[in-house]
Amino acid sequence: MLDLNLPALMDLSPAEWTAVWLSLKIATVATVASLPFGIFTAYALARWQFPGKTLVNGLVHLPLVLPPVVTGFMLLLLLGRKGLIGAYLAEIGVVFSFRWTGAAVACAVMGFPLMVRAMRLSFESIDKRLELASETLGANGLWTFFLITLPLATPGVIVGAILAFAKALGEFGATITFVSNIPGETQTISAAIYSYTQVPGGDENAMRLTLVAVFIALSALVASEIVQWRAEKRLGNAE
Amino acid sequence: MIEVNVKLRFGAFFLDVAFRNAERVTALFGQSGSGKSVTLGIIAGLMRPDSGYVRLDGEPLVDVEAGVFVPVSRRRIGLVFQDSNLFPHLSVRQNLLYGRWFAPRAARRIDFNAVVETLGIGPLLSRPPARLSGGERQRVAIGRALLSCPKLLLFDEPLAALDMPRKLEIMPLIERVRDEFKVPIVYVSHAVEEVARLAHCVVMIEAGRVKFVGDPATAFSRLAAAPAVDRFDVSSVLEARVDERPSFHGLTALNHPAGTIWVAGPAGPPGSAARVIVKATDVALSLSQPKEISMRSVLAGKVATVKLNGWLATVEIELGENSYLLAAITRGALEDLSLKPGSNVYALFKSAALDERALA
Repeated sequence: MLDLNLPALMDLSPAEWTAVWLSLKIATVATVASLPFGIFTAYALARWQFPGKTLVNGLVHLPLVLPPVVTGFMLLLLLGRKGLIGAYLAEIGVVFSFRWTGAAVACAVMGFPLMVRAMRLSFESIDKRLELASETLGANGLWTFFLITLPLATPGVIVGAILAFAKALGEFGATITFVSNIPGETQTISAAIYSYTQVPGGDENAMRLTLVAVFIALSALVASEIVQWRAEKRLGNAE
Repeated sequence: MIEVNVKLRFGAFFLDVAFRNAERVTALFGQSGSGKSVTLGIIAGLMRPDSGYVRLDGEPLVDVEAGVFVPVSRRRIGLVFQDSNLFPHLSVRQNLLYGRWFAPRAARRIDFNAVVETLGIGPLLSRPPARLSGGERQRVAIGRALLSCPKLLLFDEPLAALDMPRKLEIMPLIERVRDEFKVPIVYVSHAVEEVARLAHCVVMIEAGRVKFVGDPATAFSRLAAAPAVDRFDVSSVLEARVDERPSFHGLTALNHPAGTIWVAGPAGPPGSAARVIVKATDVALSLSQPKEISMRSVLAGKVATVKLNGWLATVEIELGENSYLLAAITRGALEDLSLKPGSNVYALFKSAALDERALA
């Protein structure tokens, strides 16, 4: 058994704080930045018929079924300094590899299928006649989307965002493959725990970060429950 | 003035509808599947016709040959659905003001307070739609459509989802909307009571085609316009006036050129017009004026047309100038009385079979 010193568990070293702070930053940026794309993709998949829809759907879900290491390697091939797109981006000064922004990209890609799935279900459950009613009242498609469709899909959008956030916090394989495990730059909680488990006597440090991870995950879940409950109450669905 | 002349084929169904009406309320009447809702969808812009046009006061809303199609959001047509379709995330007030916000400033001629008062929805304004009853929801839906200040109000079976007391509560409100806000109305329904009460002009649609266009009293009393499918759907509408006499044993007398119609209960102020709906299956025919019988309303007329239909016959009786009554009787009765066009008959029906609540 582990010999745990409870007060010491509350005491994070500056390096550990950095990992926690970095994890939150990467997860938040990944979620917020992918949100508009997630909403657009979910809406398109839920409401539009277009050629190649199956292909788009498959691409979106690919990170869910591929080994994360493969996704990370593909990101490296695409966005790495010498990658297909990365080479051009590097010329204009945008570099993702071995930067925290790259970690955010990896997390966003890994969380994207979860985000889109939740949102798509939510869009599909909206009564189309409400959108129709909005149009007969003079609102064009864009107004109708922002005033009727999106507010009605809010519970699903929130669930999708929370799922993506949780996935981003826990992301390990794709991140470590794409941007490595650099303390202070790309070392998230998961990567830090992994590093601790690789050195003798690192178990206590790993345990501290584990508790932090549990705390963050639970807080996110409770927050999502509250936000979703309030959104549903506003829509008149909650008891 | 609304002008419709459209053709549309989908699957095995072929719609070919043409009518025009300058009067305030046009009713599209027909059984379900007749094509009336498709016609409404074309007017609203929810569907595109294969060919033809819809014009409102001379302006085309859609004209396939001229390549005109005004999108739904720019037609400025207020649509009241069967189920109210209120926005669940907005309050009643926000629902009401939704369309108003999109209406051009110059067109916002309908006053918010006047609509709220007419529809009696003042106490509901701050509530979410989830906390409204079915009747209240429909009132708000009517208000919402009206406040978008539309050039035309479309009602798509607005009362079909409501029970009888709610229908009787909403119908007078639609009448008030018709009379107070002067917006032309197209009203889709398969209920004779609603159409007889609200409409100035009835467009009968059957199997995708217009069968008859005219005033309700003619539309519902001529054999040529009557639905061919089910005898229980055949009704006549008689135009009568409330008599000056005080009511007798709780009955009110309505004067019709062919005789007196007695209805149970009060039926509006003396001298006012009333449209009475008589189901063809509730009418009995007699060759002599019957006495000692419980049927109170006896109208004298002449057989105009007879249509045989299996063991049954529908008899069209001319009650006077432009007034007809339909009676469904058996072939046996028809032969026993030797009824044929020109025969003098008395048409009888029970006061108890008339719905005084649906009088207008």
